Amino acid sequence: MLEQELTLTARKEDKYAVITTEGYINNPGGEKIAHMCYQLMDEGYKHFILNFSKSKVINSIGISILIEIIEKILELKGSLSFCGLTNTIAKTFRIMGLTQYTKIFPTEEEAIKALS
Amino acid sequence: MEEEITFTVPICPDMELEVTRVASSVAEAMRLGKDKIDEIKLALIEACLNAFEHSKSKEKKVHIKIRMTDDRLEIIVRDYGVGFDPSKVKEPKIEEKLKSPRKRGWGLKIMRSLMDSVVINSHKGGTKIIMTKRR
Repeated sequence: MLEQELTLTARKEDKYAVITTEGYINNPGGEKIAHMCYQLMDEGYKHFILNFSKSKVINSIGISILIEIIEKILELKGSLSFCGLTNTIAKTFRIMGLTQYTKIFPTEEEAIKALS
Repeated sequence: MEEEITFTVPICPDMELEVTRVASSVAEAMRLGKDKIDEIKLALIEACLNAFEHSKSKEKKVHIKIRMTDDRLEIIVRDYGVGFDPSKVKEPKIEEKLKSPRKRGWGLKIMRSLMDSVVINSHKGGTKIIMTKRR
């Protein structure tokens, strides 16, 4: 049985938005995340937390779409934090250099605390 | 101890996940740790995607061999496509990718970073990627 399609939930706070994903972050999964981020950017959000605690599998195409999101967030002078990453996904982000432009926190609470 | 499993998968969306399920079961049987298994799975996803996306294989299949020995797990991902020259694949850099319209091209770097060794044999008749993870 193939991995379930990625589902997303977004929680909007005053100064930031938290997007929680569930499922495989591949090409269509990455596109879904990007679409939601861009909608939120249109609403004025520029600080984002991506909670991947329910996404245990990712691929390089999905990560490439995350790089597109990072590019747009940098243009807005905003920020992107990740939380709930598996050790392997966190290691991969470090290897690719994503951590030069984003932050990784173990939990959503810690990511929120760092923003406030 | 040396045992191996061989199987063939069609090139179709998300089939890489089916391949990782088999590899994961083998790695668990070898009692590899969770992080090592996750690293194997991600490297294997990238090797499969490389074949799915770039091989242009006419048979539209990818052949997998998973071999376990006392001290290592070896995975071979083989396609009979057009091949490529790994030496011509540019090392991706995040600062360049952020400015470039092409954000992709990370597969080989991820494979090499997560596995203990990655050997790529590629020619006009196809590509064989041999990845090893020590116990």
